[in-house]
Amino acid sequence: MQMDDRSKLLRRYVIDAMRGGGRGHLGSSMSMIEILRVLYDSVLKFDPANPKSLDRDRFVLSKGHGCLALYAILADKGFFPISELESFCRPTSRLGGHPERGKVPGVEASTGALGHGLPIAVGLALAMRLQKRNSRVFVLTGDGEINEGSNWEAGMAAAKHKLSNLTVMMDYNKLQSYGKTSEVLDLEPLVDKWKSFGFVTHEVDGHDVAALEAIFKKLPFSDSAPSAIICHTIKGKGFPFAEGNPEWHHKSGMTETDIQQMYDCL
Amino acid sequence: MRKTALDCVYKLGKIDERVVFVGSDLGPGVLDKMKTEFPQRFFMEGVSEQYIVGMAAGLAMEGFIPYVNTIATFLTRRCYEQVAVDLCIHDLPVRLIANGGGGVYAPLGPTHLAIEDIAIMRALPNMAVVAPCDADEMNRLMMSTLEWPHPIYIRLGKGGDKIVSDEKNGFELGKAIIMRSGTDGMFVTTGVMTQLALETADLLKKDGVNVGIVHMHTIKPFDSSGVISAIENVKAVVSVEEHIVNGGLGSALLETCSELRPDLLSKIARVGIPDKFATEYGSQNSLLKHWGITSDTLVGAMMKKLGG
Repeated sequence: MQMDDRSKLLRRYVIDAMRGGGRGHLGSSMSMIEILRVLYDSVLKFDPANPKSLDRDRFVLSKGHGCLALYAILADKGFFPISELESFCRPTSRLGGHPERGKVPGVEASTGALGHGLPIAVGLALAMRLQKRNSRVFVLTGDGEINEGSNWEAGMAAAKHKLSNLTVMMDYNKLQSYGKTSEVLDLEPLVDKWKSFGFVTHEVDGHDVAALEAIFKKLPFSDSAPSAIICHTIKGKGFPFAEGNPEWHHKSGMTETDIQQMYDCL
Repeated sequence: MRKTALDCVYKLGKIDERVVFVGSDLGPGVLDKMKTEFPQRFFMEGVSEQYIVGMAAGLAMEGFIPYVNTIATFLTRRCYEQVAVDLCIHDLPVRLIANGGGGVYAPLGPTHLAIEDIAIMRALPNMAVVAPCDADEMNRLMMSTLEWPHPIYIRLGKGGDKIVSDEKNGFELGKAIIMRSGTDGMFVTTGVMTQLALETADLLKKDGVNVGIVHMHTIKPFDSSGVISAIENVKAVVSVEEHIVNGGLGSALLETCSELRPDLLSKIARVGIPDKFATEYGSQNSLLKHWGITSDTLVGAMMKKLGG
């Protein structure tokens, strides 16, 4: 699928940040660009001028190592200046290698250690219910990330509490740090897993903007159960040398040549 | 002490709608009153400590004050990363009520004995660590927790313990209490060991040795000035804790003196659990004896430092 100008622009922002920091999780960020784009363009309720407004929807990036994509969309939406992206990972920057609540406007939870986002999101969703707010809670996990048992503890609880205001999305790019998820720790049958944990579950092409918009419009999938969306994606999407290549899960010590090579893809 | 702590959660819940209770598959009937009167703020979750700490963090992010209760080892060892990341990095007002500090669960063996909980909780920035000496003090602690803006680890003793605290001393988190003044020596204590130290001070008094007690119900933040002023004018100091000697109360005392008053270091001795997992069952008292935490050893440690 060809990328349109908006998807290319957001990827360019990610490269701007990587150029500034000389490092970053390229593969993990590029697989989730369209998911975040559609969320922030068409789904989430938020106000960049008032990022803590009580009636906002909550989005928790559980795969905190994908923060470059989050920073790109937050900057694009005006939570902080686009020029700030270049400060990525510098000593006094707000934009670290994993996102931090309280530092970065629009970031709901400090993540990076895996398997923390969904338990926190269950707490947020319960809080919304207790406070009788209509706000919804979304959480994006990685695929390797759901190796962590805490996700499944929280998943069982989300179903027990019938959290229809909670949606968990998986960036299923099928590669984790060492290699293929099918070889490191196979997640299949993934749809059946989430269904059996009590989530109404759908699959979608995580790079197809129209398909993403359509699936999000169907939320909540049930009035009495949490929703799960398995987003099939390509790690390093948009960069042929990085697509499906675990060597590009994370890069440090990047050269100008590396950076130019990435810009040239867009 | 546990019953008092949970009764207080109910009382706090009645006066403040921010209070929620989170349990991890506790025994039947726990906090039934709360469950009946405000069920929406009563959560009895599964055996899933990693999740419940994260869930409590999510609730706290939205303005709630969660009181989380289960056995101390499971609330510390099992979910240490969640406590560190979800609670302490976010600096959220979640209260961890930890059943069975020290040797309370003696018959159940080392998987259930919280011997290093103070050390590992104390190591986390933003975390307060508190160990009251009896149910009355637990009540004063709990009723003072609403406005503390950071996480708190609350270590429970066995329950049914003798009441030794005095309401007149009040309770302020982070503030040492002089339970008894002394001219020869001082015991520096925490939790129910304050009771043992009081008994031991009575024994010593019969032998003409005047020993006082400074009760550190809060191990972190550590009341450095309070403890230093309590011990600087005596000849001998013995710290007493139902906790491994590495990293607990005695370590905090030595660190404080090392930084602020190194001249006091040589008069301090520590009594606590040796650096090994329990190899016996029995009762809390038999374990304390096995560990060498008795009036006799306290007397011995104090007299040795006094040169007796």
